[in-house]
Amino acid sequence: MKPSEIEEVEIDLFVEALRLRHGYDFRHYGRASLRRRLLALQRLFGVAHLVDLLPRLLREESVLSKVLSALSVPVTEMFRDPEVFSVLRQEVVPVLRSFPRINIWQVGCATGEEAYSLAIVMAEEGCLQQCQIYATDINDAALATAEAGIFHARRLALYSDNYRLAGGKAKLTDYCRAHLDVMEMDVALRRAMVFAHHNLVADGVFCEAHLVICRNVLIYFDRHLQDRSLALVRQSLVRGGYLCLGLQESLDAYAGKEEFYPVDRLLRIFRLRADGGGR
Amino acid sequence: MKRRGRVIVFGCSTGGVRAMQTAFGLLPVDYPWPIVGVCHLHAQGRWLMPEVLARGCQLKVQGAVEKERLQGGHLYLAPPGYHLLLERDRSCSLTVDEKVNGSRPAIDPLFESAADSLGDQSIAVILSGANRDGAEGAYRIAAQGGLCVIQDPNTAEAEEMPRAALAVVPAAQRVVVRLEEIGPFLQTMGVVTNG
Repeated sequence: MKPSEIEEVEIDLFVEALRLRHGYDFRHYGRASLRRRLLALQRLFGVAHLVDLLPRLLREESVLSKVLSALSVPVTEMFRDPEVFSVLRQEVVPVLRSFPRINIWQVGCATGEEAYSLAIVMAEEGCLQQCQIYATDINDAALATAEAGIFHARRLALYSDNYRLAGGKAKLTDYCRAHLDVMEMDVALRRAMVFAHHNLVADGVFCEAHLVICRNVLIYFDRHLQDRSLALVRQSLVRGGYLCLGLQESLDAYAGKEEFYPVDRLLRIFRLRADGGGR
Repeated sequence: MKRRGRVIVFGCSTGGVRAMQTAFGLLPVDYPWPIVGVCHLHAQGRWLMPEVLARGCQLKVQGAVEKERLQGGHLYLAPPGYHLLLERDRSCSLTVDEKVNGSRPAIDPLFESAADSLGDQSIAVILSGANRDGAEGAYRIAAQGGLCVIQDPNTAEAEEMPRAALAVVPAAQRVVVRLEEIGPFLQTMGVVTNG
């Protein structure tokens, strides 16, 4: 057997141990990126082979959070793909505003930058008070950062540019306090947000939602898990609810795609048909 | 049993457009192997690279689509903002993992995934570029027994990228080819190996 084939066996063993011991199932994650992340994990722990980590994974409780952090690398930014937020603001929010209460579910929120971006849009469109943003992830360390709402200020310039391109009406610094090297998000935004642990792979519907934002989550899954996740998202949406995917994600292979129609095909914003069942 | 054929992975940055056009422009539409690459050059706004490249190219040029299986006669480019990885079943995966060598897409993740997923069936092509991205990945491909085709730095608009690869890839696993000879070299290899 070649070394690379032995490494594949090691990955299988590790994934199986993680599932049997801790209940996290990564069997249906895309293999190439999983392999990359496990390699990074291996380096983090300074072990020669992935199996060298197995004893600790099985016996040391504290290892799990490090593993989950390494396997769900939180990479995000405020108003990422500004044009998406611009269309959400112009096309989606005016419809959402007619609901007395608006539930938004952001799946895979990582450290929360996008959730805060959404809250800012809702605030500027005058409907933050009627809005609840549920932002979920499997990475508790990332959720803790999101909860605190304190980000590194070195990216403030990028975020401000994004905010402006997304059709921001004021200044980003109106929504945060920058001091020294951090930016602290306004507590008024924070009041409309709930950060919670949720695992798309194993858990059920999180809430009844008028808008689900699930961007750059599905690309990490195989087809089987993509289908399961989309079915879950579909189940959580009210009739006429909206779904926003990442720019390289689509509904093309999803069995229930006919229930949706595109609001903006290029920006991957879809709407569940009003006669499509819904909740 | 029918061989599944090779996969060509390539990388470039500064000077990359002319290098890609010259290296791949004359390959026929029935070229047997898929060609998959990363070019760093993208500013803001709409991504025009596939169109630009398609103009002087017989191959079908497209942005890589996640889960799509690679086909011969096609040239795939990593879309801006995403790393492109190859799976063992020869499908594409896209990720938004952190930048590598200051770039996303980066060449190393593509090359490394090709080395891991396809082993000695991968051929790396390193073209003009003004940074060292791709060298690490080319080394990994060479270590798996794959071939590295390195653009002769003297024929590169920016020579740092080919030089960096040249410095790490063992001589037995590499060929250094003048830009205008890369196309004919790949074509001959495709015909000879596949025929």
